[in-house]
Amino acid sequence: MSEKFRLDKGGLINRNKKISFKFNGKKYFGYEGDTLASALIANGVHLVGRSFKYHRPRGFFGAGVDEPYAIVQMNRNNEVDPNVRATEQELFEGLEAKSVNCWPNVNFDIGAINNFLGKFFPAGFYYKTFMWPKSFWYKVYEPIIRKAAGFGAASIKHDKEKYEHKYEYCDLLITGSGPSGLASAYAAAQNGAKVILAEDKSRFGGSLLTSEVTIGNQSGQEWAEKIISELKSMPNVVVKNRSQVFGYYDHNMLVMSERISDHLPKTEKYIPKQRLWYIRAKEVIISSGSIERPLVFGNNDTPGVMLSSAAKEYLKIYGVLVGKKPLVFTNNDSGYETAIEFKKNGIDPIVLDTRKNPNSEIIKEAEDLNINIKNSYVVVAAKGYKKVKSADIAKISDDKKNINNIENIKCDCICVSGFWTPTIHLASQSGNKTKFNEEIDAFIPSKSKQKETTLGSANGTFTLEETLKTSFKKGNELSKQITNKENKVSIPSVVEKKYSNHDKFWCVPLPEGKNYKRFLDFQNDVAVSDIQLALREGYRSIEHVKRYTTLGMATDQGRTSNLNGLQLVSDIENKVVPQVGHTTFRPPYSPVSIGAIVGREIGKHSKPTRKSPMHYWHEKNNAVFVDAGVWLRPRYYKQGNENLFEASKREARNVRQNVGVCDVTTLGKIDIKGPDAAELLNRVYTNAWLKLPVGKARYGVMLREDGIVMDDGTTTRISENHYHMTTTTAQAANVLSHLEYYLQLVWPELNVNVVSSTEQWAGAAIAGPKSRDVLQKLFPDLDVSNEGLPFMGYMEGNLFGVNAKIFRISFSGELAYEVNVESDNGNFMWEKIMDVGKDFNIQPYGTEALSTLRIEMGHVAGSELDGRTIPYDNSLEGLVSKKKDFIGKRSLSKLAYVAPDRQKIVGVVPLDKKTSIPEGSYIVKDAKAKLPNPKLGHVSASCWSVEYDNPFSLAIIKDGKNMIGQKLFALSPLKNKTIPVEIVSSHYVDPKGERVRS
Amino acid sequence: MLHIKCPHCGLRSQNEFSYGGDATVKRPELNKEVSDKDWDNFVYLRKSLIGKHLELWQHISGCRQWIKVERDTLTHEIFKTLKANEEV
Ligand SMILES: [Zn+2]
Repeated sequence: MSEKFRLDKGGLINRNKKISFKFNGKKYFGYEGDTLASALIANGVHLVGRSFKYHRPRGFFGAGVDEPYAIVQMNRNNEVDPNVRATEQELFEGLEAKSVNCWPNVNFDIGAINNFLGKFFPAGFYYKTFMWPKSFWYKVYEPIIRKAAGFGAASIKHDKEKYEHKYEYCDLLITGSGPSGLASAYAAAQNGAKVILAEDKSRFGGSLLTSEVTIGNQSGQEWAEKIISELKSMPNVVVKNRSQVFGYYDHNMLVMSERISDHLPKTEKYIPKQRLWYIRAKEVIISSGSIERPLVFGNNDTPGVMLSSAAKEYLKIYGVLVGKKPLVFTNNDSGYETAIEFKKNGIDPIVLDTRKNPNSEIIKEAEDLNINIKNSYVVVAAKGYKKVKSADIAKISDDKKNINNIENIKCDCICVSGFWTPTIHLASQSGNKTKFNEEIDAFIPSKSKQKETTLGSANGTFTLEETLKTSFKKGNELSKQITNKENKVSIPSVVEKKYSNHDKFWCVPLPEGKNYKRFLDFQNDVAVSDIQLALREGYRSIEHVKRYTTLGMATDQGRTSNLNGLQLVSDIENKVVPQVGHTTFRPPYSPVSIGAIVGREIGKHSKPTRKSPMHYWHEKNNAVFVDAGVWLRPRYYKQGNENLFEASKREARNVRQNVGVCDVTTLGKIDIKGPDAAELLNRVYTNAWLKLPVGKARYGVMLREDGIVMDDGTTTRISENHYHMTTTTAQAANVLSHLEYYLQLVWPELNVNVVSSTEQWAGAAIAGPKSRDVLQKLFPDLDVSNEGLPFMGYMEGNLFGVNAKIFRISFSGELAYEVNVESDNGNFMWEKIMDVGKDFNIQPYGTEALSTLRIEMGHVAGSELDGRTIPYDNSLEGLVSKKKDFIGKRSLSKLAYVAPDRQKIVGVVPLDKKTSIPEGSYIVKDAKAKLPNPKLGHVSASCWSVEYDNPFSLAIIKDGKNMIGQKLFALSPLKNKTIPVEIVSSHYVDPKGERVRS
Repeated sequence: MLHIKCPHCGLRSQNEFSYGGDATVKRPELNKEVSDKDWDNFVYLRKSLIGKHLELWQHISGCRQWIKVERDTLTHEIFKTLKANEEV
């Protein structure tokens, strides 16, 4: 297909490189340097989608980030990318895209019926209609609305592309490479400042690429090229194109998304698709420019109606005509630039100017070119469904209230210019209280809250001369403060055309008897009538009007709609715009892909994985792993076709009968040294610590100040002033911070140092009646008898040449030891244990068997120490000293904590001795009681007791002390189970604790 | 993301720190009688200030020191940072 709308010459595209692409399955050609939008327009394609609510045909409205309509679904290298702006997507060989939001296709769209039902879809329609009955909302209405209203469809496949994050610091971050960005960057760079200049488009230069100006003795475009190439050559400057600074956060932290590979057919190896930059800037210069404002008239959403600046950009950058019979509808001089550009390329435009007697240099130039100019004229309505075919135009009265002599003229595009809106999003995000500027009918930044300065047209400065002057000055000033160097550059002379005043007119009245839709928000289909309705219904605050009508809530953040919406509200309310105020701008300025936000933190990289030194042994021996915080721990070691339940029973039983070994490397370890170490422990733990002898371990419980148990573990006195503390795996980091808090802030007089030693030691728990035999074989020279190494004893030994610490402590309730060696020797130790243990039928056991063993012994763990229980609740009151003070002690006398029916841990056995009780079940007195059934407590942990071969659970229930022997019920609404149970002691096995001391 | 000047390490991003609450709260001394009211004040009651607030942060991914930060809770402006043993 030939490019009927491409000019023979001109533009910045590379005409030597033809590119083929597909849109909605059809093949087209474009050139290198095109966007998908420019290439489609060159091919005469203007119908690219359907609107959000009414499914009206949608074409192109802008030429960049301002585009509200042309959102397409990309298929690139077999990856789907939903919601891409065709105006931003650069063309590449083999590009494939299709329309979104239309079914079955863009030309015949079933949803378009909404357009004819338009009056039934006013503002708030969804809220009003679908509220009743409530159940219908979730099951019937919502899915249908979602299907009809959705934009592109995200892929459900794993995204193969790579994304990465980068952290950067700079003196000046400059957002936008138009005249203000270039000038300030150049001045700052000369002063030696570290500058990052970010441009969201592929080409640098901003408005200089399309304006007819002279800087020094060069054209604007040549000057921009020169400055950019100079900046690129400077070591203190980073220049980035395709990079959108979309968020301004606290303390001058800005986030930028760099599209590295989106413009290529596929991402190269080792290169990410996109990169998210977190930039901490000492100063920020916002040079984001301005966006042309639409004029509002009937059917102003018809394909072919677009911003006049966009039409000019398509001409000047891409050599593409948006139409061959253009109508330019303007309230200011900008429209004339577009008209002149058409004329220069052999096309005769008609200019409709809302002003009565406009007069300026550029209008004179248009007149000299014999351009047909109609003053005091407006477009009443665009005609045509899928493309503009003609326009109803009319003379407008001086007071702009009446239209006369409506006539229809043929045209194929309507280029609108309603003056300019500064892009203040970043300034507003930074906390800048913006102010309304009457002269330009728009908000501009005012008082900065952070270190930001807005320059150029983003600040409402619309002349190039003034922009360059202030930008060179600011760039110099701001950088000088930082670098203490000054290398002043001279400001070049500027030749530009002078503008006359714009007309404040923005909305064409409806002709009598006509009910045209006049759109304000093109992406969310919000028309003038919707706002009027919202105000009639009593919505006043602009924030409420926004939410009720969805004005400005689309992905374009109301870039083209905001001000006209505000104008309308203030007109109806008889207020002025600043009284109405604008809605808050929030990041991101422009949509950012989820992939870029996530970066490399996906799958296994979403969090660090910690592995013990014995990990590979476990792997080789069929361990099935489980996440324990960031650690991977063996849950069980699979033999044959065993499942979790069978394997864990076998492993636990072997501990009770023979001997097992468990990897306990993950336990938190803290090394405590100093003359006041014992005093610290005495204040941190609930029990007494001052008299613990060297070579002995003690079990301790620590509380928070509110009396809740924080953690438990054993601490061993290694030598006079040296202790080795263990914590649970989960609380290791918190306990260290807790100790540091008291040592640094509360009791700085204590002479103690604490440091984490978790990573330094590999640990193995050897448990079971035959554990002493294994230990003796590991340490043949040591006396490990009950007398030589009694319960809670500690000694050091030599394990086949490596130093080891031996603790006689037990979590399983069996005779048990924990052996620690330096991490590097962990695997060596483990293999030795397995080797010498063979004779005693040693088997490794995982966390599931470990749980079983501790549950049937009634030892508490994380599921009981859940941040809601005090020592009494866990039957740990025996460890609470009455004599000394400690952290949290004062809280234990609270009335609720000493209530006679205070909750307490108990054991729970099902009456049938068969049905396992789901963890989290309620314990109730009467299974059939009226709901809500008063609950006595909950089941915290469940196992299959290997000692008694029946299910056993721990529960924390009200008045647990007096509940032993009672027959109650365990209810699990989740699993739909009601289980009759008997309450027993939580110490189900070996209640006197004889085994650990044997 | 805040930018906090650790008095030991220098200017670092907020994600190296963890928040520790009001720095003006004093723990009652050990082994002293404390009324229910005073204890409740210490454990539970905190002011929710608008404006200048002296608070604790710990530089957990750095020097592990607890530090004091004087910050405006409304604007996030940080006026001053102090070592644990320094007073405003
Ligand atoms: Zn530090």
